[in-house]
Amino acid sequence: MAAGSVWRSLVSQVMGGANRRPAGSSFSRGMQTVTLIPGDGIGPEISAAVVKIFDAAKAPVQWEERNVTAIKGPGGKWMIPADAKESMDRSKIGLKGPLKTPIAAGHPSMNLLLRKTFDLYANVRPCVSIEGYRTPYTDVDLVTIRENTEGEYSGIEHVIVDGVVQSIKLITEDASRRIAEYAFEYARNNQRSSVTAVHKANIMRMSDGLFLRKCREVAENFKDVKFTEMYLDTVCLNMVQEPTQFDVLVMPNLYGDILSDLCAGLIGGLGVTPSGNIGANGVAIFESVHGTAPDIAGLDLANPTALLLSAVMMLRHMGLHQHAAKIQTACFGTIKEKKVLTKDLGGNSKCSEFTAEICRRVQDLD
Amino acid sequence: MQLYCMFKNICNTWKMISLYHMRCSSNSLNPPPAKYGGRHTVTLIPGDGIGPELLSHVREVFRFSCVPVDFEVVHVNSALEAEDDIDNAITAIRRNGVAIKGNIETKHTMPPSVKSRNNLLRTSLDLYANVMHCQSLPGVQTRHKNIDIMIIRENTEGEYSSLEHESVSGVVECLKIITRTNSLRIAEYAFQLAREKGRRRVTAVHKANIMKLGDGLFLQCCREVASGYPDITFDSMIVDNTTMQLVSKPQQFDVMVMPNLYGNVVSNVCAGLVGGPGLVPGANYGRDYAVFETATRNTGKSVAGKNIANPTAMLLASCMMLDHLKYVLLLHTADLGGQGTTSEVVQSVMRVIQSKGQLTADI
Repeated sequence: MAAGSVWRSLVSQVMGGANRRPAGSSFSRGMQTVTLIPGDGIGPEISAAVVKIFDAAKAPVQWEERNVTAIKGPGGKWMIPADAKESMDRSKIGLKGPLKTPIAAGHPSMNLLLRKTFDLYANVRPCVSIEGYRTPYTDVDLVTIRENTEGEYSGIEHVIVDGVVQSIKLITEDASRRIAEYAFEYARNNQRSSVTAVHKANIMRMSDGLFLRKCREVAENFKDVKFTEMYLDTVCLNMVQEPTQFDVLVMPNLYGDILSDLCAGLIGGLGVTPSGNIGANGVAIFESVHGTAPDIAGLDLANPTALLLSAVMMLRHMGLHQHAAKIQTACFGTIKEKKVLTKDLGGNSKCSEFTAEICRRVQDLD
Repeated sequence: MQLYCMFKNICNTWKMISLYHMRCSSNSLNPPPAKYGGRHTVTLIPGDGIGPELLSHVREVFRFSCVPVDFEVVHVNSALEAEDDIDNAITAIRRNGVAIKGNIETKHTMPPSVKSRNNLLRTSLDLYANVMHCQSLPGVQTRHKNIDIMIIRENTEGEYSSLEHESVSGVVECLKIITRTNSLRIAEYAFQLAREKGRRRVTAVHKANIMKLGDGLFLQCCREVASGYPDITFDSMIVDNTTMQLVSKPQQFDVMVMPNLYGNVVSNVCAGLVGGPGLVPGANYGRDYAVFETATRNTGKSVAGKNIANPTAMLLASCMMLDHLKYVLLLHTADLGGQGTTSEVVQSVMRVIQSKGQLTADI
């Protein structure tokens, strides 16, 4: 029992959350519970692939599958189902497949709902060149950390008079400080040498100026990590010429959206890019950011790499570095070998074959 | 061998310059700017960083080629809080109609009430269209080939409206303004330019899935204008997908039109794709005025004064300016009344540029 509580506090520290967990809930038999949200389209098949690979790697993860389709709660407010919320609140870790964007469904996007429900303030996307999947850019190894709650995506817009629209970009001291702190902590915990704040404070003097000021203040407490500032346009210009000069990038919402997709494009697209969302109260949801691909859903053609790499990110977040390294090596090895690849990676194997190959490699690594 | 390569590069660059006469965008609706005694007077704003040295190259080349353009130099001190300098510059441009400028630095140490001088210039003169033509240049090594994209960026409103306030301490609002008038205007400019240059497709870049009202209005205006140009295909793309496509398949794009901030991002990405900030010129057009500069508007402080800045972008911008002045650069052929043979002039230019030091560091 004493060992159990030491393990709990160790994991709590690693996850950066301060909450004490109720005894026995998430750590029965050394296993950690993770809420699995398969999603729509190819979601269920790639989630199944990830579960299979985790099994083969003997990762101490217990999956709790939940559905997050919005329901109308009391008072007419849209919310995620109660059992999904309860599971996430208990496990604190989630893995999510692609969710369908509702058009004329009456409710807001599920991603937005999840973000609001769990206050997922940081979107983290590590972009690492995959050996064996060639793009014009090699040796990319950077991380984009994007503030995910405010900025240009505050959703506050008005038609002032007919033909004049005003969209409000909101920057607050608290959110800026929070994301800056997360970025520096991430850099420290993952042995990254520098953090670059991306901004446009020459034009948006007050708003990006505030963001920059908070980054500078937080940098003072992290002298071991180098801090630089760069204009958004300069970052874009340099990113497509020499992406190896960047390490960790921290920025407000819109710039983060654009830059994280730009970086995903450098390494091969959304089909191979992992992503994690960190929330307040120690909650973290890792996800694949590609679409639901309804045209290939159910045909065993999907590529589970993005979700798998997000799951690997999740393992690292949980402190299970050995398992993470094993699965990642197996995945990259399979891609590098080029014998068993899904269609989007240039091969013609099925999803199940690709998964089986990774499982085989994982077991060989034991 | 290196010298031969450099000579080849310069020759290619000047070939491009002659091609630019035919391809350079010029707004056929602009009235001809001031011209006195057969010579044009153009305002020149050196700016900060590499601006002064690049513009001195331009002046040298113009002087050598006996181009009948006089420069009225107006300095803008970015360290001053008062707006007198930039007001003088704006008045000079109103007088002359045309200007060529370097980028004026915006110092962060100044209070937020001190607005970007470059932005002030653009909005005061209503230079509503920023036009940039990104082309793969022969002899320049890049990861992607055969790029030929025209970017038309709304230059006066959007995120650059400079309307910010701190409602309570620690909470700042920044207003992004999109108007029907300006959106229609820039869309009209884009389609007209596309038609003039024989381009087949115009793509509007937006984020209307999130900014439903603002970018939604922009997109709607583009669609309205597109319906008046049935010979040109119109489509739209969300900005994050656009950047992803640009780094994987940039050849799919033809003409792109977009609001201010996305224009900033996309134009810098495209400039990087074709070889960097030293190669691409940019132009800002309004109804009555035109201002030419480098496309990516960098002050380039890290390379200033070291003789390594690439003058190509500024030289090409000066060519765009001459084209705008309806003046053909008397460089290549004697039958146009030029000064000498092509190679003679190119050799002299090369000598001038070579004497200033290594150029090819960035190419």
